[in-house]
Amino acid sequence: MSILESIDLSGGTRRFQRFGGRGKADGRGAPAGGAPGPRGILDPDLLRAALPESVRKLNPRYLIKNPVMFVVEITAALVTLIAIANVTGFEPVGGPSGLGFQVQIAIWLWFTVLFATYAEAVAEARGRAQAATLRRARSVTQAHRRTADGTLELVGSAELRRGDVIVVMEGETIPGDGDVIEGIGFVNESAITGESAPVLKEPGTDIRSSVTGGTTLTSDQLTIQISADPGETFLDRMIALVEGAKRQRTPNEIALSILLAGLTIVFFLAVVTLRPFGDFAGATVDTVALVALLVCLIPTTIGGLLSAIGIAGMDRVARFNVLAMSGRAVEASGDVDVILLDKTGTITYGNRLAASVTAAPGVTETEALTAALVASAHDETPEGKSVVDLARRRLAELKAPGGTDDEPGFKALTATISEDIPFRAETRSSGVRLASGQLVLKGAVDAIEHDLDAALPPIIRDETDRLADAGATPLAMRQDGRIIGLIELKDTVKEGLVERFAEFRRMGIRTVMVTGDNPRTAATIAREAGVDDFIAQAKPEDKIGFIRREQADGHLVAMTGDGTNDAPALAQADVGLAMNSGTSAAKEAANMVDLDSDPTKLLEVIAIGKQLLITRGSITTFSIANDVAKYFAIVPAMFAAVYPELNQLNIMGLSTPQSAILSAVIFNALVIVALIPLALRGVGFRPAPASELLQRNLLIYGLGGIIAPFIGIKAVDLLVTALHLA
Amino acid sequence: MSMPDFLTFAALLAALLLATPILGGYMYRVFEGERTVFSPVLRPVERAMYRIAGVDETVEQGWKGYTVSVLLLALVSILAVYAILRLQAGLPLNANSAPAMSPDLSFNTAISFVTNTNWQNYSGEVAASNLAQAGGLVVQMFVSAAMGLAVAIALVRGLVRRSASTLGNFWVDVTRGVLYILLPISIVAAVILVWQGVPQTLNAPSTITTLQGAHQTLSIGPIASQEAIKELGNNGGGFLNANSGHPFENPTGLSNFLEMFLILLAPFALTYTFGRYAGKQRQGWVLLGAMAFIFVVGAIFLMHVEANGNQLFPAGVDQALGNMEGKEVRFGSAVSGLFATITTDTSTGAVIAMHDSLTPIGGLVPLFNLILGEISPGGIGAGLYGMLVIGAILSVFIAGLMVGRTPEYLGKKVESYEMKMAMLTVLVLAVSILGFAAVATATQPGQAGPLNAGPHGFSEILYAFASQTANNGSAFAGLTGNTPFYNVLGGIAMLIGRFGMIIPILALAGSMAAKRRVAPSLGTFPTTGVIFGVLLVGVVVIVGALTFFPALALGPIVEQLLQNAGKVF
Repeated sequence: MSILESIDLSGGTRRFQRFGGRGKADGRGAPAGGAPGPRGILDPDLLRAALPESVRKLNPRYLIKNPVMFVVEITAALVTLIAIANVTGFEPVGGPSGLGFQVQIAIWLWFTVLFATYAEAVAEARGRAQAATLRRARSVTQAHRRTADGTLELVGSAELRRGDVIVVMEGETIPGDGDVIEGIGFVNESAITGESAPVLKEPGTDIRSSVTGGTTLTSDQLTIQISADPGETFLDRMIALVEGAKRQRTPNEIALSILLAGLTIVFFLAVVTLRPFGDFAGATVDTVALVALLVCLIPTTIGGLLSAIGIAGMDRVARFNVLAMSGRAVEASGDVDVILLDKTGTITYGNRLAASVTAAPGVTETEALTAALVASAHDETPEGKSVVDLARRRLAELKAPGGTDDEPGFKALTATISEDIPFRAETRSSGVRLASGQLVLKGAVDAIEHDLDAALPPIIRDETDRLADAGATPLAMRQDGRIIGLIELKDTVKEGLVERFAEFRRMGIRTVMVTGDNPRTAATIAREAGVDDFIAQAKPEDKIGFIRREQADGHLVAMTGDGTNDAPALAQADVGLAMNSGTSAAKEAANMVDLDSDPTKLLEVIAIGKQLLITRGSITTFSIANDVAKYFAIVPAMFAAVYPELNQLNIMGLSTPQSAILSAVIFNALVIVALIPLALRGVGFRPAPASELLQRNLLIYGLGGIIAPFIGIKAVDLLVTALHLA
Repeated sequence: MSMPDFLTFAALLAALLLATPILGGYMYRVFEGERTVFSPVLRPVERAMYRIAGVDETVEQGWKGYTVSVLLLALVSILAVYAILRLQAGLPLNANSAPAMSPDLSFNTAISFVTNTNWQNYSGEVAASNLAQAGGLVVQMFVSAAMGLAVAIALVRGLVRRSASTLGNFWVDVTRGVLYILLPISIVAAVILVWQGVPQTLNAPSTITTLQGAHQTLSIGPIASQEAIKELGNNGGGFLNANSGHPFENPTGLSNFLEMFLILLAPFALTYTFGRYAGKQRQGWVLLGAMAFIFVVGAIFLMHVEANGNQLFPAGVDQALGNMEGKEVRFGSAVSGLFATITTDTSTGAVIAMHDSLTPIGGLVPLFNLILGEISPGGIGAGLYGMLVIGAILSVFIAGLMVGRTPEYLGKKVESYEMKMAMLTVLVLAVSILGFAAVATATQPGQAGPLNAGPHGFSEILYAFASQTANNGSAFAGLTGNTPFYNVLGGIAMLIGRFGMIIPILALAGSMAAKRRVAPSLGTFPTTGVIFGVLLVGVVVIVGALTFFPALALGPIVEQLLQNAGKVF
């Protein structure tokens, strides 16, 4: 299965594949620490909650922002008036259609509008449920503000302004976003990230100094400088965004609305001129039928779902624990074609881990592995642990004592240790002294070589050079004066990234690795990770230069960053994803913030951006393609009286003119409801070149959009006829 | 459709495909000011013209300056032609003693020729003097064609330039279009037409005595020169009322072939010019592919139905020749159908047969070509800019999102401003065609126009406004157009159809020129492949069909259905 496919974009379970087996919580609930119950697309609670809101949205003053649905609302009101005029005994207005027909058309037109507002309300309700949990964390708290004379005063968190200095005690909620300027303490950030393990905060560290309002200090005392005014804090912005309250239409959405409004005017012309054309032909065209034709032709499907698609897209990003500052940023991420990734922490784990053990001449592999294990048994550094892991895995394969599956053997081996010899800068080695008095040490090759009885065997020297060339770090092991072998430590590429970069290449996205390593090491890692390009020996300012160059060549660049010196590059990039653990400066500059501080998420964000755009395009195409069938349903019906010959165009064989028109209107309304789940979930997306995506989606939504309504309208017609509705 | 008809069509396509890269590449060099074969002769003339007119050819214009220049030239031209037509009775070179034209007819005719429409509510041989024809109308045939070329080139420059503020110099583009492209080809074509028997003289009409002893006036004049630019410049305004159906305009099969070739030559070649500008010939070929597909399907359909005849003809009529009503025997029914398709696929409007006499469903083809906005391959320049905006930009916008990127064409992002301008061009077509047709069907002077009743009469009205809005100029005939009502409304429709397109298109060009260009990658929406070609055809046909389907259903479609049932109008 493709990695991107493994992103469960249903929004319900939030089970995203993580990389590197960091043991981070998978499948957590909502970002704010777990919303109760299942949160599927069609969660009944949400669906119910959206109902009153959808009726409120019928307010014309609100609806006018959506020209397509506004037109439908006007037509619905018009047909309602015609029906009322008819029932109150006026002359039948607008033509010969019967009252029952008028009432039914009116009802379905109202449903059409309602389904559209409902889609938007459901999308918003999903966001709001998420916001509610966030809001709980935002409840007003007290803060100890340091006054000019150095004393502390008690103020409400709402009074805090940017630049204020506050003191937070153990157990208190941090009242606002800021940077630690004094003290060291653990902060529980689960309200924001869902991660329950407390995070160490200390001043001046760039990464660890920023705190977020709504999180809790679990130890010690911190002095914090507030970095955001009330209402502009992270939580505030996040709440506003997920609720869709401050949602601004994105540039592409606006452009699409122009297309839809333009088409609406064109179809209005096409329909309204049918009156004089009909009169010229001697046919009185029924107003209700004209209205029905208009509503069926204008792009109601995409018009009704457009804002829901946008809200759901933002929501998908938010559910991913990424805070996008604007919908524009999500849209831009779909356009990105160059990704700039830090090597350390993003592509590699950042720690040098044991990758292999080589035995010296005359030493068996088991001996070498056992020595490596023993020498590192009490080494608590990640490197040391990784040596033990590797040795035990390999011993298990060799069926030697001490393997992963042999706990007693391992205990027996470690029991031979009598004394630890810790790492010291002078010796550049560490290890143990055994009960037998023997020394087992590992360390830098030249340091170990110095204490050997004999010269380093050529085979080991060659291997040392080879490893160093490849960017790895060789460690030598000796037992007293005897060389045992080499341990290869190297920076390891995270699992799954190779496949993922390959997928991005297929989508035409170029990945570029940035590292401070020398070019040779960088080239090795780049090759292993499968990135397309790398910048070696990079200084922070190189990033912005690179981004500018790429942009000048017409590329759109995304990057991740966390440090203050990343801020200019984050701002320059088309999509800048800052880590929540990063500095305020970085977060300010970026247009997205990852609350989990996981830089690889940039890749998912891009996938979500693309999916959002594809969903929008697919439903637009589908909506326009639908019109073909509707013409074949309505036009023959409309002129059935004067030109019965036109019934030859009634290729669906709809039973009567009235049922044809009614069926088209009903289908048109129902298709909105039917597509709500698709709009909220997004269309299926797999990484592929644009030409493949286009071909597939054109087939499904273009050709499918032409064919589907022929079947759908016919089915509704059969039902309408069977129920004697028309 | 007989084998010779089919071979004519095939030979025409082959000749065009051969000429496309040659002329297309040549036009690129002309508009980029590069040296061409004619430079030694024409360059001094060109320079002299700039000196006289005070044009600095090195100064480029932004989209606003370019647009103002277009409008200025059009305004001056309209006023000049209007004055000539109103005053022609007293002006020299009036060998056929044409009287002054009425104000409304002059208004219609002046706009008609300046907008490259060549809708003619008059009979050239009696209503226009030689001065008016050669000095007024033919001049506009060159100028209006060059104007179309210039606007198309300006749009293309806008699409391919990066972060630019200018689109070129309109005066230079128009001058080069006339001097280097239209004049040389017209001269060669006129000579061939003279060889084929087309008159070229300033003498008065000659009166002859027929075999029966009756006197007949033969209208002659500078016909060959007008004929050449009439076809090459996609004008269509005939010297004679019967247009290319008249033996003096189009005497032989060869002249007919040449005329069809000339009509399609520049629109075909411009797609190649576009490919040159875009830096990738396939960008041009895919446009041509989509254009040619619509053209070929329409042509084969029309040739087929016309060759099939009409089942309602009385038993005595020989059906072997097909539906010969309103057609010339020397061309036959199928080739007449081909010509009708070509003339309406471009903005030419020349005719060799009466479109009014086509079978109803056959008449749908010219009408459909017109309402698509003439983009298959469309008028000279106008076809390319129409296809680029209504076809490519709209397609890219509607379907482009489906690749997961915001829409872009040739690396330029298509955003709200471009969408506004593109939708304006679509709206212009709909407003003018449907709006004026609605006014005509709803008012007494409008209803008085059509010769026939029922759906056929409706088709006549719809066709008139479609033809004038699309700047085609071909008449369905059957409509009494020379009334103040149709003259004035038609004149306005032509203005809207021409400048209602040109202004938003140049605005779009200006906006696109200023954008930076996004580098292509695997993730870029592909605009060079077959899928894009299919998409282009789909969007153009569906947008056109969706807008006009109800009207077409009430016109040719229902008429054919009624005719099948034995009812005629």
